[in-house]
Amino acid sequence: MTNIKNAKGFWLSILLAIVFFVVVQFLINGALINDFYINTLFFIGINIILAVSLHLIIGITGQFSIGHAGFLAVGAYASAIISMKLELPFALALVTGGIVAAVAGLIIGIPSLRLKGDYLAIATLGFGEIVRIIFLNIDYVGGASGMQVSHMTTWPWIFVSVLVTIIVITNFTNSTHGRACISVREDETAADAMGINTTYYKVVAFVIGSFFAGIAGALYAHNFYIIQPSNFGFLKSFDILIFVVLGGLGSMSGAVIAAILLTIISTFLQDYPETRMIIYSLVLIVMMLYRPQGLMGTKEITSFFKKRKNVEGGPKDGNHHTVA
Amino acid sequence: METTTPLLKVDQVGIQFGGLKAVSGVNAELFQGELVGLIGPNGAGKTTFFNLLTGVYVPTEGQILLNGEKLNKLPPFKITRKGISRTFQNIRLFSELSVIDNVKVAYHSLAKHTAISSIFRLPGHFSGEQVMDEKAIEFLKIFNLDGFKDEKAKNLPYGQQRRLEIARALAANPRLLLLDEPAAGMNPHETKELMNLIAFIRERFSLTVLLIEHDMPLVMGVCDRIYVLDHGQLIAQGTPEEIRNNPKVIEAYLGEEVS
Amino acid sequence: MEFVQQLVNGISLGSIYALIALGYTMVYGIVKLINFAHGDVFMVGAFVGFYAITILDMSFFPALILAMVVCALFGILVERIAYKPLRNATRIAALITAIGVSLLIEYGVIYFRGAQPEAYPGDVLPTSSIDIFGVAISSQSLFILTISIVLMVILQFIVHKTKIGKAMRAVSFDAEAARLMGINVDNTISATFAIGSALAGAAGVIFGTYYIKIEPLMGVLPGLKAFVAAVLGGIGIIPGAMVGGLLLGLIESLVSAFGYSLWRDAVAFVVLILILIFLPSGLFGKNRREKV
Repeated sequence: MTNIKNAKGFWLSILLAIVFFVVVQFLINGALINDFYINTLFFIGINIILAVSLHLIIGITGQFSIGHAGFLAVGAYASAIISMKLELPFALALVTGGIVAAVAGLIIGIPSLRLKGDYLAIATLGFGEIVRIIFLNIDYVGGASGMQVSHMTTWPWIFVSVLVTIIVITNFTNSTHGRACISVREDETAADAMGINTTYYKVVAFVIGSFFAGIAGALYAHNFYIIQPSNFGFLKSFDILIFVVLGGLGSMSGAVIAAILLTIISTFLQDYPETRMIIYSLVLIVMMLYRPQGLMGTKEITSFFKKRKNVEGGPKDGNHHTVA
Repeated sequence: METTTPLLKVDQVGIQFGGLKAVSGVNAELFQGELVGLIGPNGAGKTTFFNLLTGVYVPTEGQILLNGEKLNKLPPFKITRKGISRTFQNIRLFSELSVIDNVKVAYHSLAKHTAISSIFRLPGHFSGEQVMDEKAIEFLKIFNLDGFKDEKAKNLPYGQQRRLEIARALAANPRLLLLDEPAAGMNPHETKELMNLIAFIRERFSLTVLLIEHDMPLVMGVCDRIYVLDHGQLIAQGTPEEIRNNPKVIEAYLGEEVS
Repeated sequence: MEFVQQLVNGISLGSIYALIALGYTMVYGIVKLINFAHGDVFMVGAFVGFYAITILDMSFFPALILAMVVCALFGILVERIAYKPLRNATRIAALITAIGVSLLIEYGVIYFRGAQPEAYPGDVLPTSSIDIFGVAISSQSLFILTISIVLMVILQFIVHKTKIGKAMRAVSFDAEAARLMGINVDNTISATFAIGSALAGAAGVIFGTYYIKIEPLMGVLPGLKAFVAAVLGGIGIIPGAMVGGLLLGLIESLVSAFGYSLWRDAVAFVVLILILIFLPSGLFGKNRREKV
């Protein structure tokens, strides 16, 4: 069946990814690219994780959450506590960041996912703000002045985290569980009527999404020398939101492409933050007016390759199944 | 056909919205294997009654029993898993999903593999998904939709969307199938085909079917028994022959055509 | 006595929230859109008032009226350019657009005039304290409260006694039916934005005179909190927005009074989440169910 074909593509992608990893590692080791590019690359990686994790919540499950920076913050602080206060290894900090953020996602998700649409959006935004204010008020993590964090994020950590995030979320999406999530997005009432436990899947998507946002938080925290509550305001949430919206709600490759493009653009506009925000906001508005489905709609990059093979393949494909 | 316990027993069920009684005091019994019609003028509360049976609305009075088991206050997805599945008057497919995925979603609650096994692509995932694929194709074939399996549901023509919705409802493995105007918008030929299909699946899956339909000759032609709702209340029940001659029914439909 | 002082502060703050919340609730009632940019209209109002007072040398009332007029026009502009083409779009698309418009206004203002704050001159309104039951209450607080109440009374009059008010209520009840009855829905929606924005503009000027400091991002938090106030009172319900605003202002001031001022901003969101979960239709709202 199609599994074998997919598996080939899967291993090919992994192979290409590893080649990319080795090349970049080689360039870094040989000091062939400067710190500016390395740093941009790290940012791209972190933003891809954020984009893909929010894509699962908004694009796949249709839950309009605009407080994603809250989970980023939880992951950042939790991991920093592990590595800096408890002086445990970075790997543990990374995983803890993810787990604590996932728990936060669970605690926040259960009550708020009863809400729909606009109300959910506002509630998640509120939760994001509450998280920020909580950190602002905890002296243990430095309050407003923030917390010192050593630089521990390295290229292998970024690479592995991005890869794992993409694989886990792709595998989840392309299974009966992912379809259950999509059915919630498409028509919650009908999903419910078809025996889908809609609340459960909303919470699951939220928890998985938060977990990876937490991982991104850990990488983010250990890529800087300091983290402060002000890094995690709702502007940060909007930054992540725009990846998903621009890429196309429902398209993971779209979210990844948008994350890469926008990270590069904002690196170049680093010294002109207002210009950057004006461009971002115009992009959002123009996009919604002229192409509300985003760059990719719900399509994935892979579908462009498949298209050519399946031009008239509908009924034919049906026969394949009886053979296989 | 008459067994001792009915598959579905509806006991004095009703619901109020604000002060308005949309449905009240409805009693009904459906026995295993029956094909029962539910008719009534527009706004009589037929769809509301379906929503009560499927848990979309919680009845404010009375109770609903499936095989002697109370369904009150269960959420819709649990009621579906207990064996009541439905279609919607205004087709509610998962429009961005493919035809086959629509059916697979309904089969989801019967899937054995966990999210963990899917995420890590453990053997359970592959065998589970394969079973789903095969089952879904089987349902699609019955409705002659297997040729469109990779098409997005929203791209199907109207009549096929209606059929897909029934295929999807069937995939949820119901004992009682509720069809809300399945022939709406179909031409007489399509309608006839559909009714043959309904008769076929009823045999094949030993289903009990409750059917809302506007097309009177159609209801009279296929149903074993008929319930008539008007203004949220049951005004008549009986065989098609009895219903045809019932003065209350004729009165309720006054102005509308009765067969 | 400290407590009474805080109570007065709470009412002053609450009446500002209430004025902003009115615009939120009216717009939501009529087009079902959370107009994220509403808080920024409030900011624009504050700046218009500031420039009117400092550059055009106006006194308080002319400045207030100028700010209201400018904001009303600005509100119509935003509605016509950004929201009108999206009338039939998905809720998410509308919400994203609103977020975009909000960011555009904030950073547009920063782009043109910089992010530095400004200070309202202290002598815009007479500052003396009035002694009521042994508590010194600043005349400014009373002034703010009076102006807010007057504006709300005018709004009630417009909504209930004028033709445009009737049209607004008709459109918010059923836009399609209103259209069939010969109501110009587009103009009615624009009027709603205009009135809501004018109130936000007034709130901006009042905020400036009372709290002195204004800056381009000043609208973000009050805007969100005013939305909370609108939800608290029951979204779409005008008296609900007033009560919700006052209540929220009081709650915040009391939290400060009990020494948790750093948590003040979190309180509004906690209130929001509690309300959404336990009383989703708000204090004055009616329950609505989705049609299946």
